[in-house]
Amino acid sequence: MNPVRKQRLFVVLAVLAGLAVAVGLAVYALRQNINLFYTPQQIVNGEAPVGAKMRVGGLVEDGSVQRDPDSLKVVFTVTDGKGSFAIHYQGILPDLFREGQGIVANGTLVSRDRFEAEEVLAKHDETYMPPEVQDALEKAGHPGSKPGAREEDAGYPKGDYD
Amino acid sequence: MWKTLKRWYHQLGSPRYFYRFCEAVLPWLIPVSLALLTLGLIWGLVYAPVERYQGDSYRIIYIHVPASSGALMGYIAMGVAGLVALVWRMKMAEVMLKALAPFGAALAAVSLLTGALWGKPTWGTYWQWDARMTSMLILLFLYLGIMALQSAIRDPRQAARAAALLAVVGVINVVIVKYSVEWLNTLHQGATLKVVGESSIDASMKWPLLISMIGLWLLYAANVLMRARTEVLSRERRSGWVRRLVRDEEA
Repeated sequence: MNPVRKQRLFVVLAVLAGLAVAVGLAVYALRQNINLFYTPQQIVNGEAPVGAKMRVGGLVEDGSVQRDPDSLKVVFTVTDGKGSFAIHYQGILPDLFREGQGIVANGTLVSRDRFEAEEVLAKHDETYMPPEVQDALEKAGHPGSKPGAREEDAGYPKGDYD
Repeated sequence: MWKTLKRWYHQLGSPRYFYRFCEAVLPWLIPVSLALLTLGLIWGLVYAPVERYQGDSYRIIYIHVPASSGALMGYIAMGVAGLVALVWRMKMAEVMLKALAPFGAALAAVSLLTGALWGKPTWGTYWQWDARMTSMLILLFLYLGIMALQSAIRDPRQAARAAALLAVVGVINVVIVKYSVEWLNTLHQGATLKVVGESSIDASMKWPLLISMIGLWLLYAANVLMRARTEVLSRERRSGWVRRLVRDEEA
């Protein structure tokens, strides 16, 4: 390679490397703002400011969803295995909302273990399968099959709705 | 192997050889890409089974994933062309840089639109300022910025150098698009198709997806060759071989 080209290559790669490091550091420093939501672990550890508006995310704990039979009020626990807290919400939940499903909620952290949501979004994971495959997995007792609780929604136990 | 690649590089670097290459490849590349795309889309949109939780709305994956992957790969190709244009000042790299942008920009826009349409029934929202979505929006802006730079500067070689720098630097954003779902908390899920390891999509849904992807990539390639061919003719319009070509066409 002739020296002029070698120098140009060096300059372009140096600019690229410098910018990559700068962007990397910026993303790292701002990651709490770039991260869409706080995890239950961060809430429990007190890393999220109480009383502030924020988004939180986690998995809906199995058996934790309590619906008010007379209104749209619903209470459920989200967890990430390292912490958990209750989300209170009044409104229509997305179709994909179910126990064991990942969700992102937008609202206010009232206290360390209580979040009042104005909006609940369902996260979809990267798994795609037809219902027959899901049925077959469930019959075989495969751990990958999640409890499809949509039909049983009406039967949730009564609890503390406020 | 290396010698063959080097020979191709030099041959395709010659506008005249490149033009002949396009004439030879395009007549089969266009029908093959359209056939694969039609097969993949009809299979995916009509015959593939429904998804357990999402029902039929998941079928937008057969447009969303091919478009997103095409937009990302097109940008990487632009970054490589930009590097060659900056360092080796190769004219064909400048031509490719110009030819790659419009279709890639369209694919990025399709990716954002289909993602929003899928997001409403699945997540419950059209848009969130999540790292994956925001970086994909930046990718669209980078594509548009490169196109704007190319048409804002009159001298094609100056324009190509400005656009090449933006193309090379913007490759950092492709890395962010790809890994945002792994490094950061996002609403968008991680990658379903994996190059290494087992993909987390059932085989009955995966095959039409792969066929649509390859079909769309080939269609992108055909579009790039068509645009590059026109650009070559326009840049070389004063050279002997283009004059002879036009004369033969007219005769």
